[in-house]
Amino acid sequence: MQAQRLNEAGLRTDDRLERLRLFGLSSPAILLIMIILVIPVGWLFYVSFVGANGQFSLENYERMISRKSYGRIFTTTFQISFLTTGLCILIGYPLAYFMSQMPTRIANICLIAVLLPFWTSLLVRTYAWLVLLQRRGLVNEWGMSLGLWDEPIAIVHNVTGTLIGMVHIMLPFLILPVYSAMRAISDDYMKAASNLGATPRTAFWTVFFPLTLPGLFAGSLMVFILCLGFFVTPAVLGGGKVIMVSMQIVSNIELFVNWGAASALGVVLLVLTMIVLWIASRFVNLEQMTGGGR
Amino acid sequence: MNVKHDALPISVSNISKTYGKVHALDDVSLEVRKGEFLTLLGPSGSGKTTLLMVLAGFTRPDCGSLKFGDREVIRTPPHLREVGMTFQSYALFPHMTVAGNVGYPLRLRKVPKLEITTRVEQALETVRLGGFGDRRIDQLSGGQRQRVAVARAIVFEPRILLMDEPLSALDKKLRDQMQIELRQLHEKLGMTTVYVTHDQREALTMSDRIAVVNHGRIMQLATPRDLYERPSNWFVADFIGESTFLRVRRDGDRVRYGEQALLHTVPAPDKADLLLMIRPERITLAPDGPRPGANNFAAVVTDMVYQGDSYLLHSRLGDGNMIALRGAVRGSSLSAMPSVGDHVTLSMTSEDTVLIDASEA
Amino acid sequence: MLNWLRSPATDTQISHGQRLWLYVISVIIMVLLVTPTLIVIPMSFSDSQYLEFPPEVWSTRWYQSYFGSSEWMQATRTSFKVAFLTMLVATPVGVLAAYGLHASRIRFVRAAFVLMITPMMVPVVLVAIGAFYAYVQLQILYTVTGLVLAHTVLALPLVVIVTGAALKGYDMSQEEAARGLGAPRWKAFLTITLPQIRFAVVTSALLSFLTSFDEVVVAMFISGGDNPTLTRNMFNALRDQIDPTIAAISTLMIFVTTVMMVLAGLFGSQKQKPKQ
Repeated sequence: MQAQRLNEAGLRTDDRLERLRLFGLSSPAILLIMIILVIPVGWLFYVSFVGANGQFSLENYERMISRKSYGRIFTTTFQISFLTTGLCILIGYPLAYFMSQMPTRIANICLIAVLLPFWTSLLVRTYAWLVLLQRRGLVNEWGMSLGLWDEPIAIVHNVTGTLIGMVHIMLPFLILPVYSAMRAISDDYMKAASNLGATPRTAFWTVFFPLTLPGLFAGSLMVFILCLGFFVTPAVLGGGKVIMVSMQIVSNIELFVNWGAASALGVVLLVLTMIVLWIASRFVNLEQMTGGGR
Repeated sequence: MNVKHDALPISVSNISKTYGKVHALDDVSLEVRKGEFLTLLGPSGSGKTTLLMVLAGFTRPDCGSLKFGDREVIRTPPHLREVGMTFQSYALFPHMTVAGNVGYPLRLRKVPKLEITTRVEQALETVRLGGFGDRRIDQLSGGQRQRVAVARAIVFEPRILLMDEPLSALDKKLRDQMQIELRQLHEKLGMTTVYVTHDQREALTMSDRIAVVNHGRIMQLATPRDLYERPSNWFVADFIGESTFLRVRRDGDRVRYGEQALLHTVPAPDKADLLLMIRPERITLAPDGPRPGANNFAAVVTDMVYQGDSYLLHSRLGDGNMIALRGAVRGSSLSAMPSVGDHVTLSMTSEDTVLIDASEA
Repeated sequence: MLNWLRSPATDTQISHGQRLWLYVISVIIMVLLVTPTLIVIPMSFSDSQYLEFPPEVWSTRWYQSYFGSSEWMQATRTSFKVAFLTMLVATPVGVLAAYGLHASRIRFVRAAFVLMITPMMVPVVLVAIGAFYAYVQLQILYTVTGLVLAHTVLALPLVVIVTGAALKGYDMSQEEAARGLGAPRWKAFLTITLPQIRFAVVTSALLSFLTSFDEVVVAMFISGGDNPTLTRNMFNALRDQIDPTIAAISTLMIFVTTVMMVLAGLFGSQKQKPKQ
């Protein structure tokens, strides 16, 4: 005997309406993002394949391969990004470890110290380094008075200055995920390792460190991606000698009004970012990164 | 039982709800009489909470009809259903005081302020929390929070009350006490109450009728007594109380355990394969040998457990089946307890012999 | 002191003394993290063109230069206006989106969430030139409206993530209880859920404000003409030479950020007295 299906159609309509209404709450956000971001970037994709004569052409991409200057730009960008990430790991990991070993109260104070740069404007931080590293700036003054060097050294308007600035800005992005990964490691692991016969050093490298790798990976990835597309700090601290992809895009528009070249570069940058993100998502939950990175 | 004159009956017809391949509710139909205290009893995942959520309006079934009195409410949104509800987690609003919580439904209904104060105090007194209005939620104990949840659910005088495992978070003593209080509350206010629990003792204590639920279907709907004495299928027999089951078969008019014909007062279901349900407290030791007019089994004692108020005797029948027997401990009988290895006779009266359909076992 | 150095720092019985190198390095790093930002403050009061520390001669000339310049003032007004408007737009739009995604069970929820995160993942430069071109077409280049829309898009991922996290940790059965008691969904949200995710909402508002206020790259392209932002002008000034006025502006910006954070802490605090 077939069971009765009372009110089935009506209930289904109610269900659909409710779901749509709820999803509709996110429609203003989705609409904005589509109009301001997705469509224009889509258009940029299109423009990158349009040549000087207005026809479909790959000349913008060919130029990137053929012209040496472009090769240099990409090399510089990757070099700076790798170096910044590496330095952040070297400097940030010990600090994160220190914080994870402290009682919560002290760790929270340290956390404020790490987060403080976050809340300050990027421009202000970049400017601060500009002032500190200039020829008559603090670093040179103190270096000379301490006898470390005789003449003011050029530590800004070059790669060094750029690296210093970028590391300073990127450090919190690395420290936060690593710290939170470290906090999540139970004390019992180290106790067990010790009990089984490991020296503290061995225990650290064979038990603790591997367990922090996901957080380290997430943080490093975030730093690397941010470095790839970074503009402000290299533009100010590089003094025109350090040209990264983002800066080239900007000058292509501002100076040459060459949309084709700019958008091709932009597309490449975007694709690179997406590739790196995709590699990351194989190892680390993306939501973890956006949740744990702040 | 006090029937308040405007309590509403509930009519559930052919409600089904599937999640993917799982039938949370499978063509469920049920009539709750007005003013009745009906419990939905079942293991976790049985669908009892889903059914309650359908009654409240938070879960939309795939099909079916639901009536409160004469009103069809299956498509009515939850805020218009006018039912009182308590949640397992109490769901008290932490950013309001007790009075704020209890007064919330009245404020929604635009009741004048003065009246709200009176009615809130009345509701709190009904649950024995008079004067608690100013307290914050985090200052209350578990039992007190539970009462506030009840007060909030009844303050706007709904004609139906739904309760989702309200006592599961409380410790045993408090739970036993609250069972009595909730039952008394029901007697006083008389609203139709649907109560969800997985605790059979709770269900047997508090309910007018119990619906045993499993796999989205109602296995049996009966009074506590009928459920316990005359379970209609193996699931209910197994779920309520602790029983042993022996496979028996129909032989014409008779039912046989092995070669032995069983005496039973209540007629057996008309099936070939049956089960004999043996409740541990309904089978006794027959120290003087087999009793005439009863069903007797010869067994060997395998284990004897003293449990303070009773003893539990495990014994093995000739064919290898194990039977558990529970008996009261008396000072006088302590010395006469059988020990492991003794040959004993177990005896069950024909009134206590219950036979059940073996399908689904 | 010596006792402390010998006492164990961990369960594996490593003493504080053995870890001294870690402590020293960590303190140095933290100092290096914090000082560059803070050092701008006293330096802004230095009379010298080269911003000495400690200032040999204290003066407020750079502040006077800032407040006295109609250009800087105009840019400041624009930045504040845009930041406030961004906060007012991005917060409700983002909170509603987060709630809608949380409560809805449509299959596309995951995809929608990824879409909302996109502004954070795409390099800002691209967003900037894309918006530039779009605004030229829509004729809203160099307008406040255009800036607010672009900054809102940049701020939305933060609002959605922060609010979404708060909703995940929130007991939705309270909202259900409210609805069972007679409140329609929107009322239940406003009276029960919203007060309890207050902290996240205020944080989102703050983040939206700061995102807009500090934003440089997009502003570089789409602000200008009548409506340049403070950051845009600062950046252009930096490219040319080290204008010490910027030290004064930086100090003021740090001040503004601090005030905003204190306000956020006050408004978002969970310890408010419960309502009757």
